Amino acid sequence: MSAPTDAAVELCPGESPVTAPAPRKRRLSRRAREAGLGYLLVIPAFAVFGVFVFYPFVRNFYLGFFSTPPFPGQPKNYVGIDQYRDVLTSSDFLDSLKVTVTFAIITVPIGIALGILLAVLAHQKLKAIGIYRTFFSSTVATSVAVAAVIFGTLLSPQVGLLQGIQTEPSILQNPDPIININLPVIRSFIPSVALVAVAVTTIWQNLGLSFILMSAGLQAVPDDVQEAAEIDGAGSWSRFWHVTLPLLSPTIFFAVVVGSIFAFQTFGQIDLLTPRGGPLKTTNVLTYFIYDQLQFAKNDGKAAVLAIALFGVTLLLTLVQFRFLERRVSYER
Amino acid sequence: MGRVAISGVTKRFDDVTAVDNLTLEVADEEFIVLLGPSGCGKSTALRMIAGLEEPTAGTIEIGDREVNDVEAKDRDVAMVFQSYALYPHMTVRRNVEFPLKSRRVPKTERDQLVTEATKMLGLSELLERKPAQLSGGQRQRVALARAIVRRPQACLMDEPLSNLDAKLRVQTRAELIELRRRLRATIVYVTHDQVEAMTMGDRIAVLDQGVLQQVDQPQDVYARPANLFVARFIGNPPMNTISGDVTRVDGGLAVRIPGGVVGLPPPLAAAVERLGSPQVVVGARPEDFQLGEGGPVKATVSVIESLGHERHVICRLEDGQLVIVRQAAHVPAPAIESAVGLTPDADLLHVFDAATEERVDA
Repeated sequence: MSAPTDAAVELCPGESPVTAPAPRKRRLSRRAREAGLGYLLVIPAFAVFGVFVFYPFVRNFYLGFFSTPPFPGQPKNYVGIDQYRDVLTSSDFLDSLKVTVTFAIITVPIGIALGILLAVLAHQKLKAIGIYRTFFSSTVATSVAVAAVIFGTLLSPQVGLLQGIQTEPSILQNPDPIININLPVIRSFIPSVALVAVAVTTIWQNLGLSFILMSAGLQAVPDDVQEAAEIDGAGSWSRFWHVTLPLLSPTIFFAVVVGSIFAFQTFGQIDLLTPRGGPLKTTNVLTYFIYDQLQFAKNDGKAAVLAIALFGVTLLLTLVQFRFLERRVSYER
Repeated sequence: MGRVAISGVTKRFDDVTAVDNLTLEVADEEFIVLLGPSGCGKSTALRMIAGLEEPTAGTIEIGDREVNDVEAKDRDVAMVFQSYALYPHMTVRRNVEFPLKSRRVPKTERDQLVTEATKMLGLSELLERKPAQLSGGQRQRVALARAIVRRPQACLMDEPLSNLDAKLRVQTRAELIELRRRLRATIVYVTHDQVEAMTMGDRIAVLDQGVLQQVDQPQDVYARPANLFVARFIGNPPMNTISGDVTRVDGGLAVRIPGGVVGLPPPLAAAVERLGSPQVVVGARPEDFQLGEGGPVKATVSVIESLGHERHVICRLEDGQLVIVRQAAHVPAPAIESAVGLTPDADLLHVFDAATEERVDA
């Protein structure tokens, strides 16, 4: 009988202890084998991400270093970081960023608030409540194009129910601020009539999803906690404010983060309702600006810089939300 | 604190009658237990007192006012839920404070009441914790503190101990009895556990299928069950109940059951005589038997369960019915499959009408 063998040797069936190498070495090699298998299994996912996310991202970043020549066929010029500086400090970028942020500030909170309102209304034990739930969530099944056509028709100066028959141009072509304030600084931050019209379309379109999200959140609020609050003397408003809303906060936080990202990427309804950035570029959100630079100005260098800027702004916003909003979320159940 | 009066209350859900014409008066500072198997309507009755369910018929009074049209939030009752239903996002302090805040109690008074209630329940060290950071027993105490903090007219408890493990349940039961003695609160307590009912209640109200079976002090419910349901429901192991024919032996009345004849003492005999029914059910608790070689009822020992401090001798009558006899551990045990004679204690016999299942000498 040889010296006492290590447990690791015992764990490897089919090999005699005599031919087995020293136990320590064997254990390492097993760990290495496991790691190898792990990497092997990650490769397919990594390949997909690499081809469709990582490579385009790096390539896009690189593209931003080259200025696009004024005439097709001429060679591209390497201008390096200068193009980033020029584009990101240009007034049309800053205007576009302002429009994008304004659009998100209008659509995200109102969309979530209306979603909560409808979810609370539909969270009653009433007859035929299923019909209301179907109505409230129906816009989920509506495509952007359909939503744009519906609102485009409603806002039409000739046949639109919302605008009535008048000779003025469409609301969608009105660059005036929605509220008239004669202070230049504030005035520049007030959205145009056209942007508000597109925002309303967006809120309507997203309402179904918001309703479904908030309904799911409400389902997770236990009935007996609500009942306990009722017996503890809380009125319906107090129950909503002190019990329902805090227990809904994880859902609301999710909706704010995802909703903001979606809002920053809005494109379809902007393009369909207010083509070419809208009246006086007042609906020229960043995604549309990128598309415009690529499609009409044929300036892919500038478009690449704008795309990186959009990524950066979205990332920054999400980090800020996690940093400052998440601490107010209670995940306890 | 105040009284709770339920008169003629019925609750129907579609075609199911959960509570059927319930009338029950709970006195000020009384601890009443609603006891029954699951689905007997006890929780529904409690929820109607709380205002979480509306009665289909009947009236409910709390204190001196009828509360049928008063919302739950204005009824001035507190409730402890089986799941505790604590506010998960609030600390212990804010949980206990919530009923006071809802009723706009001033801050200084609020702080004092919270301190008092949490101290009474041994929660002073845990005030800044959230429910998720507490053990089951601690959560249960927070729920109790939240219920008693504002001294409601009545405190309603819906199986508050059933989420605790067995050991903690015994301990919390004792704490609850002590707490109740100090608080002098009116308590309506729902449970399916007869031990809780027997040990805690001033009175027990036994319900079955929505119908009130009996309301009495625990000892009376045990000693004089009003009908067969109560007789079989209360007591562990349950009462032995055997149907038999009324017969005359030596001028007295007796009941002929499989394996023998059980003589009835004069008061019971008189009651059976008045009843005039040829068929009755006799009941005897497991501890109310003598087990020996001779006795009026012949049986065979089937199974012996030894519990350490006592043993249950399960005997088979000649028709196969089982009778459980409780024996002290120091008495020699009979042999399995041996023939024995059972002698029920005549003074502790129960007789029920076979047709109505009601006690004959009620």
